[in-house]
Amino acid sequence: MQKKAQIIWIFILTIVAAVFMAPVAIVLMNSFKGKFSISQTPFVFPTKETFVGLENYTEGVKNTGFWSAFLWSAFITVVSVAVIIIFTSMTAWFIVRVKSKICSVIYYMFVFSMIVPFQMVMFTMSKMANVLGLDNPLGIILIYLGFGAGLSVFMFCGFIKSVPLGIEEAATIDGCNAFQTFWQVVFPILKPTAITVAILNTMWIWNDYLLPYLVIGSDYKTIPIAVQYLKGGYGSIDMGAMMAMLVLAIVPVVIFYLTCQKYIIKGVAAGAVKG
Amino acid sequence: MYKSLKKWFPVFMLPTLIAFFIAFLIPLILGIYLSFCNFRSVSDATFVGFSNYIKVFSENSDFVNSLWFTVKFAVVSVITVNIFAFLLALLLTRGIKGTNLFRTVFFMPNLIGGIVLGYIWQLIINGVLYGFGYSITSNAEYGYIGLIVLMNWQMIGYMMIIYIAGIQNIPTDILEAAKVDGAGRFKTLFNIVIPSVMPSVTICLFLTITNSFKLFDQNLALTAGAPGKQTQMIALDIYNTFYGKIGFEGVGQAKAVIFAIMVAVIALLQLYLTRQKEVES
Repeated sequence: MQKKAQIIWIFILTIVAAVFMAPVAIVLMNSFKGKFSISQTPFVFPTKETFVGLENYTEGVKNTGFWSAFLWSAFITVVSVAVIIIFTSMTAWFIVRVKSKICSVIYYMFVFSMIVPFQMVMFTMSKMANVLGLDNPLGIILIYLGFGAGLSVFMFCGFIKSVPLGIEEAATIDGCNAFQTFWQVVFPILKPTAITVAILNTMWIWNDYLLPYLVIGSDYKTIPIAVQYLKGGYGSIDMGAMMAMLVLAIVPVVIFYLTCQKYIIKGVAAGAVKG
Repeated sequence: MYKSLKKWFPVFMLPTLIAFFIAFLIPLILGIYLSFCNFRSVSDATFVGFSNYIKVFSENSDFVNSLWFTVKFAVVSVITVNIFAFLLALLLTRGIKGTNLFRTVFFMPNLIGGIVLGYIWQLIINGVLYGFGYSITSNAEYGYIGLIVLMNWQMIGYMMIIYIAGIQNIPTDILEAAKVDGAGRFKTLFNIVIPSVMPSVTICLFLTITNSFKLFDQNLALTAGAPGKQTQMIALDIYNTFYGKIGFEGVGQAKAVIFAIMVAVIALLQLYLTRQKEVES
């Protein structure tokens, strides 16, 4: 490309990038302003009169119980994703290798579950979780395994179909049973897909609002529930605390993104190709 | 060997299947059954035939209104998201300096959750409208435009990544052959690039259509349906029918069944139509 065109395009892309970043920057800026100077003048920098330091943060953290929400979000996300990876990879391998009629019926049920909207099952599922005593941070992991199974099994199956049988057969001849063969030989080959599945599920579970809200309620708030909780009832929102909470909700996501960026972008592209 | 694998069914299949049955399959079947029942909790259900389905349309016009609002929203956002994402993908596959940085920035909003996104845009839109003496809930138009802007901001980066992967998959010899044959930039775009990225178009349309129809968190945080119920999308309408008024659980479940069938039909129809356009390469 010509140098002149190159510069023009970089200029245009920089403006677009600035527009993309602006909303987050505006929220960050407002999180340091007094709560009454936010909704009316959100585009004005904090001045001597409106600057309140970290007051919004201390207030918001106190009112929402942010740290406990952060820990519950982290706990539920990390454990659910680990459980999903462990069990759905085994399930997918079994489905692809056994190839019985029952297996293909199960496979199509998993695929089908991907397009059914959550509203279809939300009432009965939360009642069910309640009856079975799954309405707590441990029980919800089982629910996430069930809901995450569709996409995860589908993606693992897509990859396993291209894994040659030879290595597995060699492992069996060497005396490995199915369990050992899977974990010592097959799973290491699945690693790239496992990372993709982990990232797609992390993005979903970390940000999920309605499912934990219906299953657990507000006893163990996750971050999205804590943020929504600020709105509470029909009263007015404490805009200062809201801004601070939005910033605190975004920070972990940005850190996660910047550290795993390569995998996330690859994962999204790979996830799409399989879909 | 795989004969002996079968006896491992309890280890490999059972945990996932039990979770799948509890979280999805049983609630799904129960949900379909309950849509023909009157109930408050599950145990007190009495069979009432199609009366819930009739009530969806006869009781009030909420469902039809929110359906219409959702369709209007979905059509505009699906088109705008995909056009912008594709244009950005074209730009970012031409070896412009800083491509990686731009890609990083454009994708970032996608990782932020729907509730947080909704409040971010509520602040900004209210800030703009405040100068004119309005707020986002004073007119349904504002909520509508707000949702479309939000959806674009969130989804463009994701779709861009998929289009970039599609464009990078085009074999370079085809592009070079086109150049040698003297094909111009637009000819190359319409005769080579777009036909070759049809698999990406299929998946991007699928993701944007299903996400637009299922949108809930963003809708709840941005306007919660206000003013009145004018900016209420289907998912939120179903939620409000279930949990907003007592005695309407059956109607809510009937709405959910109609919604699920609609999403499935639209998604499968779209997959069928765009798959036909994919070229064998």
